[in-house]
Amino acid sequence: MKKPFAITLDVGSSLANKTGSWRTERPMYVDRLPPCNASCPSGENIQRWLFLAEEGDYEGAWREIMVNNPLPAIMGRVCYHPCEGGCNRAQLDHPVGIHAVERFLGDEAIRRGWRVEVGSPPTGKRVLIVGAGPSGLSCAYHLARMGHGVTILEAGPMAGGMMRFAIPKYRLPREIVDAEIQRIVEMGVEIRLNQKVTDLEATRREGGYDAVFLAVGAHIAKRAYLPAGDATKILDALSLLREAERGEQVLLGRRVLIYGGGNTALDAARSAKRLGAAETIVVYRRTRERMPAHDEEVREALDEGVMFRWLTTIKGEQGGSFQVEKMALDGEGRPQPTGEFDTIEADALVLALGQDVDLSFLGSVPGLAVEDGVVRVGRDMMTGCRGVFAGGDMVPAERTVTVAVGHGKKAARNIDAFLSDTTYTAPEKHELATFDRINTWYYADAPRTMQVTLERARRESTFEEVVQGLEESNALFEARRCLSCGNCFECDNCFGVCPDNAISKLGRHNRYGINYDYCKGCGLCAAECPCGAIRMEPEST
Amino acid sequence: MFRQLEGSQAIAETVAMCRPEVICAYPITPQTHIVEGLATLVKNGTLSPCEYINVESEFAAMSVAIGASAAGARAYTATASQGILFMAEAVYNASGLGLPIVMTVGNRAIGAPINIWNDHTDSMSMRDAGWIQLYAETNQEAADLHILAFRLAEEISLPVMVCVDGFILTHAFERVDMPTQEQIDSYLPPYAPRQLLDVDEPVTIGAMVGPEAYTEVRYLAHHRQMDALELIPRLSAEFRETFGRDSGGLLHTYRTEDAETVVVSLGSVNGTIKDVIDEFRDEGVRIGAISICSFRPFPMESLRVALAGVRRVVTVEKSLAIGLGGNVAPEVREALAGMGISVATIIAGLGGRAITRSSLRGVFRDAVEERLPPLTFLDLDLDLVHRQLERERADRRSGPAAESMLKDLGAVASRVG
Amino acid sequence: MEAATNGQTVGPARVRFYQTGTFTVGNRLLDVSVQSVQSDPRRNNSLNSGHRACQGCGEALGARYALDAAMRATKNRIVVANATGCLEVFSTPYPESSWRVPWLHSLFGNAPAVATGIAAALKVKGKDDVRVVAQGGDGGTVDIGFGCLSGMFERNDDVLYICYDNEAYMNTGVQRSSATPAGAKTNTTPGVGEEPGNVFGQGKSVPLIAMAHGIPYVATASVADLRDLEYKVQKAMGLHGARYIHVHVPCPLGWGSAPSDTIRVARLAIESGLFPVFEAEWGEVTGRRRIRDLVPAQAYLEAQGRFRHLFGKHPDTRRIAWIQDIANRNIRRFGLLDEGVQS
Ligand SMILES: Cc1ncc(C[n+]2csc(CCOP(=O)(O)OP(=O)(O)O)c2C)c(N)n1
Ligand code: SF4
Ligand SMILES: [Mg+2]
Repeated sequence: MKKPFAITLDVGSSLANKTGSWRTERPMYVDRLPPCNASCPSGENIQRWLFLAEEGDYEGAWREIMVNNPLPAIMGRVCYHPCEGGCNRAQLDHPVGIHAVERFLGDEAIRRGWRVEVGSPPTGKRVLIVGAGPSGLSCAYHLARMGHGVTILEAGPMAGGMMRFAIPKYRLPREIVDAEIQRIVEMGVEIRLNQKVTDLEATRREGGYDAVFLAVGAHIAKRAYLPAGDATKILDALSLLREAERGEQVLLGRRVLIYGGGNTALDAARSAKRLGAAETIVVYRRTRERMPAHDEEVREALDEGVMFRWLTTIKGEQGGSFQVEKMALDGEGRPQPTGEFDTIEADALVLALGQDVDLSFLGSVPGLAVEDGVVRVGRDMMTGCRGVFAGGDMVPAERTVTVAVGHGKKAARNIDAFLSDTTYTAPEKHELATFDRINTWYYADAPRTMQVTLERARRESTFEEVVQGLEESNALFEARRCLSCGNCFECDNCFGVCPDNAISKLGRHNRYGINYDYCKGCGLCAAECPCGAIRMEPEST
Repeated sequence: MFRQLEGSQAIAETVAMCRPEVICAYPITPQTHIVEGLATLVKNGTLSPCEYINVESEFAAMSVAIGASAAGARAYTATASQGILFMAEAVYNASGLGLPIVMTVGNRAIGAPINIWNDHTDSMSMRDAGWIQLYAETNQEAADLHILAFRLAEEISLPVMVCVDGFILTHAFERVDMPTQEQIDSYLPPYAPRQLLDVDEPVTIGAMVGPEAYTEVRYLAHHRQMDALELIPRLSAEFRETFGRDSGGLLHTYRTEDAETVVVSLGSVNGTIKDVIDEFRDEGVRIGAISICSFRPFPMESLRVALAGVRRVVTVEKSLAIGLGGNVAPEVREALAGMGISVATIIAGLGGRAITRSSLRGVFRDAVEERLPPLTFLDLDLDLVHRQLERERADRRSGPAAESMLKDLGAVASRVG
Repeated sequence: MEAATNGQTVGPARVRFYQTGTFTVGNRLLDVSVQSVQSDPRRNNSLNSGHRACQGCGEALGARYALDAAMRATKNRIVVANATGCLEVFSTPYPESSWRVPWLHSLFGNAPAVATGIAAALKVKGKDDVRVVAQGGDGGTVDIGFGCLSGMFERNDDVLYICYDNEAYMNTGVQRSSATPAGAKTNTTPGVGEEPGNVFGQGKSVPLIAMAHGIPYVATASVADLRDLEYKVQKAMGLHGARYIHVHVPCPLGWGSAPSDTIRVARLAIESGLFPVFEAEWGEVTGRRRIRDLVPAQAYLEAQGRFRHLFGKHPDTRRIAWIQDIANRNIRRFGLLDEGVQS
């Protein structure tokens, strides 16, 4: 006996006492669905790529975006970022500037020439895609990654669809569009321009395609009947934007009215300013709150001196003078005529009343159904005709680039399944990481970084990009504002706060392990997990 | 080298030569001269290296000693009376932890009534605390027992109390043969702890022990003290070889060869007893004396051997087990069980009352003549007691007894410290 | 580490880290040199698994936090003296020990003195690199061990004493100590009668008393602020002489709080001002931890069963206000809301 009996003990022997037997609840690591991810129409795993960006691993972050969305530089600019609307951080200070980080990553990829390799061996299957807009490009990209052969037929002279012809340059510089499309082409996707499909069935048959994805968009401007003379120029917004894009001289005069309240109306109004109109007035029949255009666009338009006439409809034109009627909102918020009239002098009127889909080439497709001017698709994006899928603006959905990109991905997955005679089932969604799961104490105050905007004088006269990108340090800051809702970000809190040392660190990116031999189930780890990534579950007895 | 020294000074200098590394001091009469002496020896560099710590209480004194001992230092402290009660919890703890601390007790009575003079009530209160208790008979032995105490304590890893009669020894100037440093160094090796708080080999000391092993831990302490019964004579013999004189041992016998009556006592009173024994022997009375040096462990076997053939034993005790009688007599009785020897108790010298030869002669004579009752209070002023009892009977609110009795005697309470 | 320049700024190097600040235990993005001890996978775990503390015990957590920090600060060269109490009992039931440090338990009220003895021994033995930590509960520290504590302070012995304040005698089943707050129910200040719970206007602040000894370092800390706690332990281990750290450690059993709420409750104590977190050098306050998110005292009280009698159908508004006054006084006295003070 080297040491005195009983009163002196060697260290460490309490390991013999397995206190795990006291447990009535056990902590489990979970991944909850962050609200940003939940609200991303493209299904990006935003939290995950922010996690990588936080570490300065921009390429890793970019590649994570590319899993779902092939156009980060574009989306970082034009997406109306519903993710930020869902962001839990909004309840603390401001939402994380997700789009700005995405744009930074997209630009970084272009600058550094990062490319995506086709991950899978060729399948030998061939898919036809009609339309090289965001939806078609997205679908092509995903199919290409899966090893399928893809051909895009595009009616226009350039790829990009609405991204090129509807969104003005000052919001989306064209070299960005070119670069991101080029990257897809380099993956082996064939894009044939100026190839208008007139008879889909015929094209499909002749090309021997195994499946088809329709993504022709909606680019036929809706018209409204307006009694008018010839003194005034009346044109539609899409034509205006298209002509501006082509660099054509558009003569609008001094004072221009824009009729409509969507994003296109605002794009047209802001473009008109840049084309030389001294005054641009948006005429809209409802109020600002009820305007479908994105608030940010309205703000930027106001900044640039665009004027608005709310609760107003245009009745007709006579000798350069537009007759308008004041409207009033009824109980349900619908505009109703008031019988009060007024006139506005203007040199031109731009109609921005929405767009229709050109369905003419679908005449002979068996089974394909059209409803309310759009193509009906199932949950798998397939039309009534087997093997023919559709997405983007031509199917019933919100018409944004983001939704279109999401459609492209979803269609690609379903097409892939179709090609191998299976059905695609989306993985089950995790439980939502709601704000009440966040232990906000742990997050330091960090107001959002504002993106610099171009000075007003230059915005009124040029199509230079208005909103500037983030510097690297700002992008990093912004990424690090992410709360990592519902997903472990390795803050070591659980490892630290366990009074029983029952948690071990498994190494960088491998998170933590729980030693249930010693975990007493006190729940401190779950309570103190900043992001709500630990759940307590009743112990089964 | 013989020197004329105050007991406390002899103890201080001897302790210093034992090279204690941590000394904890808290003053109480009659221990003060010992710790003062040590303070000077540390301060003037004679004893070095040594940490001399002026603690804030006896409880701290023993606690500091516990920490120091567990961390590998030879630790020493001294106390008396109220002090040992104040540190009581730590006294038990030191032995429970098996830490070889050496402590001098300058034996003194315990209050109330507060009293600074000598008796053994203080150390007796700790007789079952697990410490080894050695009682010194002379200043020479008081000094020498400390050397033995350190050696013994460290060898068996138990603390040792050296009990020295307050004033009678601590403040008396006597001729003492002071050991040399070389002698002590050759007798007492450096402290090699059995358990050590060591960062390179961490252990847990002072764990909680439940019913499953508490008895065994206690038994082990007992077992160690039983070992000490063999060790003490051996170390005392070694002591003789090194220092050339007898000190320590389990007990000292005096003229017990053919004795019919033997007086058993602890500490310095044996000097007076021996004088009385000589007088009786001169008269042809077959009487002898034993002074117990090692009261813990209690030398049962040695007593039986030493008292074989004796007819009666008288214990002279400086402490009172109130409600029972003596502290020593019951233990002696147990040692002699079955030997047909009667044991009577004389309570003497409480609170510093002088134990005179004539008083002792009286009671010893009574013993020899078979007239001594089982319990006798030497020189008890029964009248004083009865008058107080009378006052209490007469008046419910008779006031504090001690003060009334002093008043009755016409005495004034002396300076207490 | 930020220097105490104007008597205002003090505290751990708060790495301004927008995602989780320095409030979390670790952060995978931080350089190891500024990581907390607790985030280090090789931390000592001075108090090992298998100890028998209740679920969510703040004292067990606080002790590991503090000792691991002391171990790192001294390159694993500490010796610990422990007072009787929960910490001692739950860590060493025979034949098991949870301690991964040299550790000695002697008595309830003598840990400071035992530590003095250890320090003295180390000094004589020339083991200058080995440092001494003593620890105990509030009862062992502010009540029964108070004499020894004051003695140790007064002699300026080279000991860091850490008090784990769970505001009552827990090991004996929750009885009042002089650290029990006003109004709190314990088994000796039951929640019955006209004025249930602990009497108002009693108790003492041992950190302030420690400061009155003029010792090199006194600090309060909490399990709710690991970085601050570690900073203080590290700072204390960089100094010699008597040092005192008073750590607030909720006890789910005694406080009637949920085991999972231990850190939250401790946080509410800080954020309400009821437990002021500060530090003092040579008797002068040199730093305080600013309240980051002021909450009413009631938020703290309501999280605990021991104050339940103050609420219910007829809330005891007078005594709740009184407790709020105590918080307000702390806030004023220690400048817990002052600008320029680190949070
Ligand atoms: C001298 C003495 N008195 C009383 C006790 C009983 N006792 C043991 S632990 C304890 C309570 C400890 O309270 P505290 O120091 O606050 O530590 P906690 O258990 O709350 O952590 C008490 C009263 C004792 N062991 N020793
Ligand atoms: S009673 Fe309190 S201090 Fe003691 S182990 Fe339980 S929670 Fe910890
Ligand atoms: Mg306590």
